[in-house]
Amino acid sequence: MPARIGVVTFPGTLDDQQALRAAAAVGAGPVELWHKDRDLHQVDAVVLPGGFSYGDYLRAGAIARFSPVMDTLIDAARGGLPVLGICNGFQVLCEAHLLEGAMIRNGDLHFINRDVTVRIENNRTAWTSDYEAGAEAVIPIKNVDGRFVADERTLDTLEAEGRVLARYLANPNGAARDIAGITNAAGNVVGLMPHPEYAIDELTGPAGFIENRRVPGTDGLPFFTSILKSLVSA
Amino acid sequence: MARVLVDVMLKPEILDPQGQAVQRALPRMGFDSVTNVRQGKRFELELADADPATLRATAEQMAEKLLANTVIEDFKVTVLPADAESA
Repeated sequence: MPARIGVVTFPGTLDDQQALRAAAAVGAGPVELWHKDRDLHQVDAVVLPGGFSYGDYLRAGAIARFSPVMDTLIDAARGGLPVLGICNGFQVLCEAHLLEGAMIRNGDLHFINRDVTVRIENNRTAWTSDYEAGAEAVIPIKNVDGRFVADERTLDTLEAEGRVLARYLANPNGAARDIAGITNAAGNVVGLMPHPEYAIDELTGPAGFIENRRVPGTDGLPFFTSILKSLVSA
Repeated sequence: MARVLVDVMLKPEILDPQGQAVQRALPRMGFDSVTNVRQGKRFELELADADPATLRATAEQMAEKLLANTVIEDFKVTVLPADAESA
């Protein structure tokens, strides 16, 4: 039986279908999870997808963090269940204190929808093991509250423990220390602002040429092949 | 019925791009004296059957848990006198 990757849908989630599609693309069993359902249906890993859960009315991810599914998920994540929060999902993980820091409005206040290049700084997590250390990946961002912030001590800790997962080569939003993603100490919980699920095939991903380097459009795929491999070998 | 105000502000060390945008706009309207703007939120809560003795503690719990993200925000709880209108 293939590994089962659950994807949570909150009211206002946008990218659940893309995350399910990415899971299927690497040969995992995609499983739809519902915010009101506490049951994780025996999935082996969970993706919290992008969007505007509960409208982000209070703060991005603030209300989603208290949904029934998160009660179960927070305990499971602390117990080692691999969880990838993408964009709004990253915000939910921060609000749930599974990851440090918080996301505030982009520096220029604009909604930014653009392909960005990130450097994978930590390829030892469940979600990044299929990247070469220091690999550069072209992946789209699309957010308005994408600017990662934390106090200096927290940032220093993240750096010292190698928990900065990915960094922007050209900082699009003023994120502290160019941080695009971080991981928890155990490496099972990962938060990422860019959207790897939108960079999994040549036709729909950010394919093209950047400074004469060919970009295949599939630079996000290793997030999903990584988790599949780590589940198979677990 | 009891009334409680919860004011939520970004911590001083957290940049406030929204406040900065307002700060840049004000001089264009002739308000040249503005040197800094910080933007925040206020929650006006009405509580039924609230025990006056625990009112502040209850409001602080609500602020800690949901209304503020204490990673980046500070909050201030003000309990209004029983018959007061919104301050």
